[in-house]
Amino acid sequence: MEDAPMEYGESNKEIEVAPALIAVHPNQESVAVAVGSDLRVFDLQGDCAVSLVDDSSGGSLHKDSIRAIRYGANGKLFVSAGDDKLVKIWSTESWRCISTVCSEKRVSAVAITNDGLYVCFADKFGVVWVVDVDGSDGQAIVNKKAAPMLSHYCSIITSLEFSPEGQFIVSADRDFKIRVTAFPNKPLDGAHEIQSYCLGHTEFVSCLAFACNVEYPQGFLVSGSGDSTVRLWEISSGTLLDTCEVGGKAGLLESNGREEECCSAITDLCTNSDGTLVAVAVQSLQGIILLSCNLSARTLSLAKVVSIGGETFIPTRLVASRSTGLLWMITGVSNLRGYEYTSLARVRVIFGFNKSNHDFIQNERLVLEDDKVPGGSNLLEKLQGSVSFDEKVFVAAAEAVKTAMGNFITVCDTMAERRVRNADRGRIRDHNADCS
Amino acid sequence: MLANEANPTISKSTGLPRKRFYRARAHSNPLSDSHFPIPIAPLHVDYSLHYPQVFAASDEVQVSKKVQFADIGCGFGGLLISLSTLFPETLMIGMELRDKVTEYVKERISGLRVANPGQYQNISVVRTNSMKYIPNYFEKGQLSKMFFLFPDPHFKEKNHRRRVISPHLLDEYAYAIGVGGIIYTITDVEELGDWMKACLESHPMFEALTFEELESDPVVNLLSSATEEGQKVARNGGQTFQAVYRRVQPS
Ligand SMILES: C[S@@+](CC[C@H](N)C(=O)[O-])C[C@H]1O[C@@H](n2cnc3c(N)ncnc32)[C@H](O)[C@@H]1O
Repeated sequence: MEDAPMEYGESNKEIEVAPALIAVHPNQESVAVAVGSDLRVFDLQGDCAVSLVDDSSGGSLHKDSIRAIRYGANGKLFVSAGDDKLVKIWSTESWRCISTVCSEKRVSAVAITNDGLYVCFADKFGVVWVVDVDGSDGQAIVNKKAAPMLSHYCSIITSLEFSPEGQFIVSADRDFKIRVTAFPNKPLDGAHEIQSYCLGHTEFVSCLAFACNVEYPQGFLVSGSGDSTVRLWEISSGTLLDTCEVGGKAGLLESNGREEECCSAITDLCTNSDGTLVAVAVQSLQGIILLSCNLSARTLSLAKVVSIGGETFIPTRLVASRSTGLLWMITGVSNLRGYEYTSLARVRVIFGFNKSNHDFIQNERLVLEDDKVPGGSNLLEKLQGSVSFDEKVFVAAAEAVKTAMGNFITVCDTMAERRVRNADRGRIRDHNADCS
Repeated sequence: MLANEANPTISKSTGLPRKRFYRARAHSNPLSDSHFPIPIAPLHVDYSLHYPQVFAASDEVQVSKKVQFADIGCGFGGLLISLSTLFPETLMIGMELRDKVTEYVKERISGLRVANPGQYQNISVVRTNSMKYIPNYFEKGQLSKMFFLFPDPHFKEKNHRRRVISPHLLDEYAYAIGVGGIIYTITDVEELGDWMKACLESHPMFEALTFEELESDPVVNLLSSATEEGQKVARNGGQTFQAVYRRVQPS
């Protein structure tokens, strides 16, 4: 028996479509996009495209699909990682790769401690690793070795998030679990103290974010799932505070009126600077859903559906710039067959995401025209790879994104079935069929 | 604890229990009827089905009882049966991955209940993968004893991660066991015995019981004698290696 159920998809190239990713510097000094193995950064301060410098690699920076990109909270570091099993840590000052850490397995999620001293990444076996980047100060740091810190047994970790005050690291997985672990003083020795589990989702958990403000600096956790709900949690006890069914709302928008459960998985979410709003991307929704979050009442409710007119735009990732109140959205995939653009991405921006909740929701025209996007056509050309595309390409991309998500779900279930059936046949002498 | 209005098993609009009380895989293979239900959270496990007589009692104390002992990879259930009469007031559960074996244990327990009215009401078994779903069954600090008797050895180095005792899984067990609770392990495979001891020894939330404590703990004797596997080893005159550790507050 192979020891790697999680790598099952590797043989099946059809599902190797990677959704496009986007990240924004905390002060919006730069914006980064990943499509397939391609990493693109635009410097908004200098109003120019960035050339990344990586002395360790000959030419191509990443050799396979990038699955996670992220800026640190203080904006000094940026991390990219994915299927090539490399975790690249960049200085946002010089855009030099200051360290390349090798992972044993493909990487599914990354996080940087709020103080910028450690980088954590999750591999496809559910292990979260930690690397000490203290003292790097933008200089190259060599031979950094990652230490295993915690593990979700045999499950893919989809999201890693530090709590706003940094005491906890939160990890979500494909087995509907969210684990809250105390982040220790010496993380290289492991994070052993589990604070709580947030249990309630009935399908894979796809994304996490914190909603916090001055009144609630510890924040509340918001999670999105394949069960088409967004949930609000108190993490120190793992208490489920509220559940918002988003799937039905997304279904309303589908042109054919078909409300298929498999297509309303939550793919990403993001909170605004005072924790009053949550923007939600849904697998088959052309646009985003806005939820109002009331931290003192501990409730989440549907506020509005924002459709993005003019083109087929199903966002694959959302990210907010807290300083400017812009919500950056991206859609796109790599390896799109039969099209001239093999790595298509489209960036759109919504403004006013930090406004007092009410004004923002009332506003009808939230999506910026391309020429109003910071950085304008220079930025779009860099991040998208082109300024304009044929509409057909978007339709194809939307389909590909849907299939990629759908396939992923089915593949996971097939694996679960396989495991159980094998266990029943008793074919496996050692009985532990789960990881066989 | 989930607040009632946020209870995901109850539909907000209808107030009725949702169909997906237990997670049904929406995309599961219809030809396979062998998947086991996974409770969404400990609150959703209906223990009154496991211990009907205990939960039928009218007194509050009985009805609010929680499972305190868990026998992981319980096999044919010999340990549970010995512990049942030794701790008649304590609820205990076996967790077993194999379907047929789980069914056997269930029948064995109901047989004992019929033959000995009033007895064996405190033991039960669930079919699950303990390596993945412990937090779905037990709340933080709920358990006072956890047993790992004669677990599968997984000799090859690359399979060590499949062992039921590992540094990372101990974090989960430390979560489920309350401070002062005890984890019992035993094996006839020396290498595995060393491994389990080493994992426990280097974990900041476990500390070895002293010789005196081991001597005075009535459960320790059962480790090598109560289970089917233990009896087999004893018949063949095999050696056993045990490690018994207490859950402590990390310093
Ligand atoms: C060698 S037997 C020992 C059984 C029993 N403890 C005894 O001493 O007789 C190991 C048992 O653990 C079960 N097992 C293995 N992996 C498991 C898992 N992940 N979850 C639950 N049970 C598991 C096996 O099915 C098997 O019955």
